[in-house]
Amino acid sequence: MRYLPLTPANRTEMLGVIGAATIDDLFVDVPAEAHLSGPIADLPMHASEMAVERHMGALAAQNISAGSVPFFLGAGAYKHHIPASVDHLIQRGEFLTAYTPYQPEIAQGTLQVLFEFQTQVARLFGVEIANASMYDGSTACWEAVAMAGRVTKRSRAVLSRGLHPHYAATITTMAKFTGDSIDAQPPRLVGEPSPDGLISGIDDTTSCVVVQYPDVLGRIPDLAAIADAAHAKGALLVVVVTEPVALGLLEAPGNLGADIVVGEGQSLGVGLQFGGPYLGLFGCREKFVRQMPGRLCGETVDAEGKRGFVLTLSTREQHIRREKATSNICTNAGLCALAFSVHMTLLGGTGLAKLARVNHAKAQQTAKRLAAVPGVSLLNTSYFNEFTLILPRDAREVVRELADQRILAGVSLGRLFPGVANLANGLLVTATECTTAEDIEAFAVALEGVLA
Amino acid sequence: MTAVNPAGCRPEMGPAQHPAHEDAPRLTNSGDRALMLEEALIFELGRFDATGVDIDEPELEPLPALSGFLRKAAPALPGLTEPETVRHYTRLSRQNYAIDLGPFPLGSCTMKHNPRLNEKVARMPGFADVHPLQPVQTVQGALKVINELAHWLITLTGMHGVAMTPKAGAHGELCGVLCIKSAIEARGEDRTVMLVPESAHGTNPATAAFAGFSIENIPANADGRVDLEALKARLGPDVAGLMITNPNTCGLFERDMKAISDAVHAAGGYVYCDGANFNAIVGKVRPGDLGVDAMHINLHKTFSTPHGGGGPGSGPVVLSKALCPYGPIPFTELFEDGHLTLVDEETAGARQPHSFGRMAAFHGQMGMFTRALTYILSHGADGLRQVAEDAVLNANYVLRSLDGELDAPFGKAGPCMHEALFSDDSLPEGFSTLDIAKGLIDEGFHPMTVYFPLVVHGAMLIEPTETESKAGLDRFIGSMRSLAQRAKAGDTSLKSAPHFAPRRRLDETQAARKPVLAWKGDSGA
Repeated sequence: MRYLPLTPANRTEMLGVIGAATIDDLFVDVPAEAHLSGPIADLPMHASEMAVERHMGALAAQNISAGSVPFFLGAGAYKHHIPASVDHLIQRGEFLTAYTPYQPEIAQGTLQVLFEFQTQVARLFGVEIANASMYDGSTACWEAVAMAGRVTKRSRAVLSRGLHPHYAATITTMAKFTGDSIDAQPPRLVGEPSPDGLISGIDDTTSCVVVQYPDVLGRIPDLAAIADAAHAKGALLVVVVTEPVALGLLEAPGNLGADIVVGEGQSLGVGLQFGGPYLGLFGCREKFVRQMPGRLCGETVDAEGKRGFVLTLSTREQHIRREKATSNICTNAGLCALAFSVHMTLLGGTGLAKLARVNHAKAQQTAKRLAAVPGVSLLNTSYFNEFTLILPRDAREVVRELADQRILAGVSLGRLFPGVANLANGLLVTATECTTAEDIEAFAVALEGVLA
Repeated sequence: MTAVNPAGCRPEMGPAQHPAHEDAPRLTNSGDRALMLEEALIFELGRFDATGVDIDEPELEPLPALSGFLRKAAPALPGLTEPETVRHYTRLSRQNYAIDLGPFPLGSCTMKHNPRLNEKVARMPGFADVHPLQPVQTVQGALKVINELAHWLITLTGMHGVAMTPKAGAHGELCGVLCIKSAIEARGEDRTVMLVPESAHGTNPATAAFAGFSIENIPANADGRVDLEALKARLGPDVAGLMITNPNTCGLFERDMKAISDAVHAAGGYVYCDGANFNAIVGKVRPGDLGVDAMHINLHKTFSTPHGGGGPGSGPVVLSKALCPYGPIPFTELFEDGHLTLVDEETAGARQPHSFGRMAAFHGQMGMFTRALTYILSHGADGLRQVAEDAVLNANYVLRSLDGELDAPFGKAGPCMHEALFSDDSLPEGFSTLDIAKGLIDEGFHPMTVYFPLVVHGAMLIEPTETESKAGLDRFIGSMRSLAQRAKAGDTSLKSAPHFAPRRRLDETQAARKPVLAWKGDSGA
């Protein structure tokens, strides 16, 4: 077996050193009735690299990849160009095959990357600090709600109607078990999200208000008004960013009053990968640091006075605090955080702003062309690179029919909000720097065809 | 044991001198020393006007759709060109130890070789460049990967079903515990206590507390296993279940596992098994045969997906028939004609009405599923058995080779499983486990897990894994013996190790007392 270095002679010699006659003498503590006598039946035996690659390649070929067709999906996962150097760097074995940096003297590479990553995220979000990443945006969002509960000692969270339904569902699931109370509703099909309904739901039992920016229909909420209302009642504002490229153009949430900012970092450096692994971004005000979940990397010095980095404030974490920890999380999304950080370094603030302008320009062109299709109208008055179209019939059917023509047309609101009848004709469409004029035209023509 | 590296510094040559030659300078102008390269922060290196990505300025119409929301200034993020970026991260990478460089015997972490075919497969566009919300007719291959991996995991563990969505081991624990809580609620009972052995990973009590349980510890007996009588004495109508690790964190198989499960079940509770140590028994023992109700499988341990400097992980949870109805959405469903679909919010009411719900966006760590399935297919049923056998053989070889030099608290009673546990009992006054760990760094190895499990004083937990050769183990054993002997000889240079790493011991107290978690300086101007 190509991955197992021990030879039969090694095994015999080692058993001799141990004083065991056979390998099964080492499994003596396994009860006889549970000890399998040979390979499990009905499972295949080992296979060559070539055979396995062929099998997996055949499965891969049964999927339509985003880069091979006109592609307009978003809703929390975005198709962006990833510079070649990103993937090269994250495949360096010193990053790829290292563990959590618990031995900082021989993990300064990972630790410095995390310190740089934390700084980048904090600056992007407009807050003082960020952690070393979480599983993904949706779980980071629940962690923010839980943290707001610890900070305010309240347990009622108000979710904006514009929050991604998977994020709202993740929060609702967790809240069932923790006893938190969650106000969550599907969005209304209006072009401009009004903060009034949200604001009227805030009272002095509210721990936090959770607002997605831009929201799940692509609209941009007025964060400052919501922040003022939340703070007036002693609640925190949690802002969720599922498309960090938007912050190349949009004001940072921290500058608009957000107390905690979480997000999905996949857009930068991480491929679509059918939904994971992605990376959760988590930033907040410095005064809340001891209530934060997740790993934190901090600066210090070594015994010779040289600058170095370590994991710190671990008295918040499960391996020290056990049941009193701020979270049970035991990993971050290390390699995805590295990819994000490399991509961000390549872009710089100037490049990110330009990338954001390209995204918005492509969305403008796409929206204009598609809204010209008979029977189709644009819902949004505000958007970044994602917007909602209202079709004359069920958008799920339209998406399926266009997929048969090898056009991946967007995400139907029926897929996101099954059973909400008044949303069924909504189609969420995303354009990025990867979108070409030919893609837009092909989509428009095909859409005209299926709606005719 | 004589060493070792014929090209390197040998013990008989005496201690290494610094500087190596009397006439060598102590310092260099650059701060670098040949291949020992220092690297500044990007905030010190970068410039606000620099970028490594060429983007043409777009033809942008006026911005009515963004009016009122535009940021006043570009984010203060310095950039670097591509050559500077590649150099920055490559120089940083050289300050990391990694499996690719040598043994990484962290107990309970299963740092085995990461096959590169897995990386190649995960990057196939049909897997890497597929959106999670594409119509299911366009992602049949991706759903087949999930389904095929699920079949292997269910079969290898002898369980009834599997929840694929959890994103890491601790997230898998959460999934299992939520299933238990849901099942108890469905029975109309109110059980609020989760039992956890003293030797458990910290995630176990943290997870159960996160899900709203109160935690009570169950003591270990003298041979490092759960005290069955103490467990039985505590079981009752308020106990929801037991979270047990098997093989446990002392590296021992819980001999009484079936009796433990039977007792928990008889008292109306459920058995959660922490599957962190599944590598020791994969293909040899099915946890389902031992009465387990839920167990997470760290794909990044047993099934070789890369640890990546701390993640991402993946933690599918296999479930018993009793807990399956409560498992999370979404999941794949296979039809007789061979096509697959996703059961999610739309169809859960009919297909999984008792599900506790969704625990994350989308469908799980697909990029890890492709890697894990590739690994599993490479090994097959026979190779996976050999994995467990070689992992256990390597650990016992280390145990027997070192138990004359170091105290092995449970080593006298019999073999260990995949990891060998030592205490600091045989170290002389003034020397600690930490000194041995830091000395290993100078020897060119990653240290073992230290001070865990808590049930052993000054614990050193060594998990070599099956991908270490005998020659590699002999080098490691030689270094461990040498370090123990140096401590016994009162060699105080061990107290200040490491001497040869990119950094000496770091001041963790200062880091925690005055946290500096982000670069505060001006940069990029």
